[in-house]
Amino acid sequence: MWNLFFVFGIAAGAFLAVTFLSNHQPINPDPKLVSELKDYGINDYSKLAPLDIFNWSSLFTVKGFVLMVVGGFLIGFGTRYAGGCTSGHSIMGLSNLQWPSLVATICFMIGGIVMANFILPSILRV
Amino acid sequence: MEKIAVKNSFVEKLNTDFEVRSLDSVCINTSVLKHPWWYNIKYMVAGLLFGILLVKTEVISWFRIQEMFRFQSFHMYGVIGSAVLTAMMSVWLIKKFRIKTIYGEPIQLYKIRFSKGQVYGGLLFGFGWAMTGACPGPLFALIGSGTTVIIVTLLSAIAGTWVYGFFREKLPH
Repeated sequence: MWNLFFVFGIAAGAFLAVTFLSNHQPINPDPKLVSELKDYGINDYSKLAPLDIFNWSSLFTVKGFVLMVVGGFLIGFGTRYAGGCTSGHSIMGLSNLQWPSLVATICFMIGGIVMANFILPSILRV
Repeated sequence: MEKIAVKNSFVEKLNTDFEVRSLDSVCINTSVLKHPWWYNIKYMVAGLLFGILLVKTEVISWFRIQEMFRFQSFHMYGVIGSAVLTAMMSVWLIKKFRIKTIYGEPIQLYKIRFSKGQVYGGLLFGFGWAMTGACPGPLFALIGSGTTVIIVTLLSAIAGTWVYGFFREKLPH
């Protein structure tokens, strides 16, 4: 029960931050990333997620489906299989000096690096 | 007398669940105290602060995640690194002064046991993190921040946890 209150709070907090605590500036990532993403047709930096891909109509395209639905599935499956997520392993586990958490964190990073650099570009080009 | 009964049920609960719990021992509230529902509002307040923080630090931004995995910016490493340092100090203080919860229960930090899941699951989680630019908590924050299509990603993630539960016995651990 407590965790449902917690995640509801996260969503509500995010809403408050966007609505009342925002200076309405676009995200400003590294220029190298901006020029790379331009090749994939990603130009909208107004929101935290790229609206060019993360919108309701692209959900029914291959690219959108793979990123949002398959990606989401991997988050849920992977988190439970690994026994924790970024907060559970990388922040809480590392701070409590649990070496299995270090293993998990390294694997999170390896998975992310491989996906972002070697697999994601071909998905984004679809 | 009542206190002893509470203590015993607390221990029993730990023992019976331990095999399962040791695999996902994080983020589980083992308190056996029963409270009215509105006692949960404090967790919502903590969530509110966490949600504001996730948005304002931009750590839930797909763009920031891409930067991190391409080693193009210090941004994410800075935020996560300082979170780990803060948590380290908190854990140290809790252990040093044996700090109890606000209801006077002892805070127990469990040893995390190694399983192959941390490798296989970790890699899969990394894939999902780089694809969606989000991990579990940020999914809720992204929905709150107005990217409503992430509701689908959240449902898919929940489906992922169910599928894991279904195949748990057959997967290497």
